[in-house]
Amino acid sequence: MRSKWNLGSIGLKTATLFGFFFIHIPILIIIMYAFSTDEKTFQFPLPGFTTKWFGVAWERNDIWEAIILSSQVAFISTFIAILLGTLASLAVYRSQFFGKEIISFLVILPIALPGIVTGISLRSAMSLFGIPFSTWTIVIAHATFCIVTVYNNVLARLRRSSHSMVEASMDLGANPWQTFRFVILPNIATALLAGGMLSFALSFDEVIVTTFTAGQQSTVPIWMLTEFIRPRQRPVTNVVAVFVILVTTIPILVAYYLTKEDDGRKK
Amino acid sequence: MTNVMDRFITFLFYRKSLALFLLLSPLLVWLGVVYLGSLFTLLIQSFFSVDSFSGVIKREFTFESYYDLFRQSTNWDIIIRTTTMAFTVTVVSAIIAFPIAYYMAMNAGPKLKPILYLGVMLPLWSSYLVKVYSWKLIMAKEGILTWCLDQLGLLHLLDVVLSIPVIGGTSLSFSYIGMFLVFVYIWLPYMILPIQASLERIPKTLLEASSDLGGGPAQTFRKVILPLAFPGVVAGSIFTFSLTLGDYIIPTIIGNSSYFIGMAVYTHQGTAGNIPLAAAFSVVPIVIMMVYLTIAKRLGAFDAL
Repeated sequence: MRSKWNLGSIGLKTATLFGFFFIHIPILIIIMYAFSTDEKTFQFPLPGFTTKWFGVAWERNDIWEAIILSSQVAFISTFIAILLGTLASLAVYRSQFFGKEIISFLVILPIALPGIVTGISLRSAMSLFGIPFSTWTIVIAHATFCIVTVYNNVLARLRRSSHSMVEASMDLGANPWQTFRFVILPNIATALLAGGMLSFALSFDEVIVTTFTAGQQSTVPIWMLTEFIRPRQRPVTNVVAVFVILVTTIPILVAYYLTKEDDGRKK
Repeated sequence: MTNVMDRFITFLFYRKSLALFLLLSPLLVWLGVVYLGSLFTLLIQSFFSVDSFSGVIKREFTFESYYDLFRQSTNWDIIIRTTTMAFTVTVVSAIIAFPIAYYMAMNAGPKLKPILYLGVMLPLWSSYLVKVYSWKLIMAKEGILTWCLDQLGLLHLLDVVLSIPVIGGTSLSFSYIGMFLVFVYIWLPYMILPIQASLERIPKTLLEASSDLGGGPAQTFRKVILPLAFPGVVAGSIFTFSLTLGDYIIPTIIGNSSYFIGMAVYTHQGTAGNIPLAAAFSVVPIVIMMVYLTIAKRLGAFDAL
């Protein structure tokens, strides 16, 4: 059956292979450049390999400040996103009410509209109401577009889990709080974690909305953007780039395995 | 504490609409006030104007910003340039994405499938800024791409490509071609996944029926697979189109410093301090997207999302 639909199988394989090279090689190249001895240019082949830039980056205070700010923002935004996203998904699941579709639409909108629109809207509102820029203005912006990852993950899990467990729990005399605590919560726990991980990665990497809602402080992406435009020590930027790859990739992998395991169990 | 919680939740359990209200209100307050409120504020501000002498924003209803926006031909250039780029990126992404998505959905075995899926999903989620930056390294004059072409003896080909008027330039990282390449690279996974999902949903019995009725592979592809995969292509195009329309990082880092909508918005609100004009400018991609989404809905893209 499968072989029958291998239209131009070799051509298809080649196209796929090239496609995958195209989307993966640039990431590998940046990792390679973090080890280059070349300071001024992006010379290739690399003149030599060194690990000294990791040490130099470690000593830089501005990088630490950016990492700390990014982590704070990502943690608080994720916390807010988990809270709002979970409550809303519990409401949408199994209840019928007017405007249910609107909720899903509203949650997606901040990432569906171009980032520049979200950014300029929040900024213009903040300036109109005289709200000073701070860590909190960044958090408000990030939480807004992070809600969708938690909401979608938890709602998908709730839809897949069987309601009979909840009924069994109630039949066995558990009160609603106990049912939530001991039946629903363990059931959605990995989905919550996965949504939270994605939300953290999303926040840690966001640059467009952040440039509009941050004052003088820089998050890691803002720090990088400044370095791209006015480079000080290029190899240090490469090291930070590798760090960002790790910080965003690991949560995504974890989230993938957390939700995949669930698929296997339910099917 | 638990006892209070018990009684509270039990109390709510029997009052469904109150419980619903309490579960939903935090989200509605947040998105309604913070997000929709901001969008609304932006819209209002686009009808304000800036006093040309004092630079102070006048809070009176006027179409001045929109008049300013559309009066200048340079602004039209920016809008046309951005839309053309978004359109070209979308078409080329679809062409590159389709075979990959097809292979993932139709040919890959159960072991390869999750690996390929992860291979597309990881770059989609991983750092946007780092990916853009990596192309700056690749396309630098002394960089890896020049070296590769040199090794293959194809360096003159690059010169030919760069000498093409309008889209060429002094080097790849200062040309529309370079910018285009990076846009396609960054948004490609957003195109692959919806197409793959729509191909995955085609019932295999349909393909068998087609071949039973005498349809060859090419005919089946054209008459059965392509029409059924099309909503997926449109769904993917929403991402590639919208993301290109609003992006201002790629044109800032890579390109020949000609303006795109995102950069114009950024400059007008920042250095120029003209929030009304920036607001009017950002209404442009919203309107373009609304038109685009209306067409996409007609083409059945939302069933594929």
